[in-house]
Amino acid sequence: MELILETLGLAESAQLLSLSPPGWGANLLRGLANSLQIAFGAFGFGLLIGLFGACGKLYGGPVVRDLLAIYTTVIRAVPELVLILILYYVGTDLINKLASMMGYGRVEISGIVAGIWVLGIVQGAYSTEVLRGAIQAVPKGQIEAARAFGMPAFMTMRRVTIPAMMSFATPGLANLWLIATKDTALLAIVGFSELTLETRQAASSTRAYFTFFLAAGALYLLVTLFSGLIFGWIEKWARRGQPSLKGGR
Amino acid sequence: MTLRSLMQPHRIVLMLLFTALVLWCAFSLRWDWIPKYAPLALEGLWTTIWILLVTTFLGFLLAVPLGLAQAIGPWYLSVPARTFCTIIRGTPLLLQIWLLYYGLGSLFPQFPWIRSSELWPYLRQAWPYAVLALTLSYAGYEGEVMRGAFSGVNKGQLEAAKAFGMPRFTMFRRVWLPQAIRNVLPTLGGETILQLKATPLVATITIVEIYSVSSRVRADTFIVYEPLLLLAVSYMLIAGIITLAFRRFENKVPS
Repeated sequence: MELILETLGLAESAQLLSLSPPGWGANLLRGLANSLQIAFGAFGFGLLIGLFGACGKLYGGPVVRDLLAIYTTVIRAVPELVLILILYYVGTDLINKLASMMGYGRVEISGIVAGIWVLGIVQGAYSTEVLRGAIQAVPKGQIEAARAFGMPAFMTMRRVTIPAMMSFATPGLANLWLIATKDTALLAIVGFSELTLETRQAASSTRAYFTFFLAAGALYLLVTLFSGLIFGWIEKWARRGQPSLKGGR
Repeated sequence: MTLRSLMQPHRIVLMLLFTALVLWCAFSLRWDWIPKYAPLALEGLWTTIWILLVTTFLGFLLAVPLGLAQAIGPWYLSVPARTFCTIIRGTPLLLQIWLLYYGLGSLFPQFPWIRSSELWPYLRQAWPYAVLALTLSYAGYEGEVMRGAFSGVNKGQLEAAKAFGMPRFTMFRRVWLPQAIRNVLPTLGGETILQLKATPLVATITIVEIYSVSSRVRADTFIVYEPLLLLAVSYMLIAGIITLAFRRFENKVPS
């Protein structure tokens, strides 16, 4: 193994990327773990917002609908980086005000929570649109049938609408998950030590820019490809029982 | 949206509330820094706009062969094109920008013939790397879109062109490309807005565009919200202009 690396001239890179202290591999992996944690949290939080947002857009009153339209339009027109800064400052300000009202001192907010809150709100706008489209694609008769059986609204949602819309929503949600993993890189700019920032620190202290940036790129790419595989399974599962489109026509 | 739909009671109330919010912002927040930073902000706005225009144009030029290679190319063209698109779409743009700027930027000075070449004064600045990174990114996303667009054009159209004896390049220029573009115009508009939202990332490699102007105001004066709000509004305005421009363009092409 070492001989192969030596002949390829990669020995130095391998040493820099090794997991034990002189190498920076452990830092990169820790950054990746942070990134994934935030991406998971933000995706979940966004999904929650999206579910309520989609229901509000479809079944809500005129005021709710207009407010949600403003939310999704504004979030999708402003760069994520700017939103991250605004939401970060607003969030920390609000929490500190609340804390001082209740008599506590300044609160230190953990980077992970801040990242999840900020990216979750951004993701929420996109998943509102994805889920709205998916719910609309569910045949009306199915929801009407559930109502006719006297199912309460929440049970209709849980047992009919959500399972039936899954197959329509999965491609869009897969896309959103990929956006979430890539958007975590933006948190590097507000100083949160996720994969991109760890990479930059490692690169600028060793001057081996290509090694580290390419390694980080490979890690992101692995996440992307692996998620593609998993979402492929989820879509297959969500489509179970539906006639295949390939042979149908 | 017509005037009648705007005149519903709840919308009037919302608009009044919104006006009140704007007035409150205008009068109770601090805006006294604007005159001092206005020239810099305009310069930044111009930088943002030219970077956006240049990179979308170059990126689109690159996306056409990428899409074509994936749609009908032989394997030795389609596999590299698909790999390129996957890599660009699978890694964060910020990482790509930093890889090009810091990586290439530290690699070039090691070669004496680059340092003595006429390009060196440009290669020492940040904008060539920003333009390169954003162009490649746009091309990667757009290449995927164009692949779908090229394979979506009706085969009969191409056969008709062939039956008229059109040379292959003329057929591509007059029949295939226009129809492919027409089909994806709405997607192109969306991608261009995504590209606009990617431009603030180049502020991290020392390019003075509108986002970095607002960061500078924040750092100089410790005013946090006002520059960010103004920044968000200006991005919304540019996004609105892009949307309107594409809508006009879509209305012009026959469908």
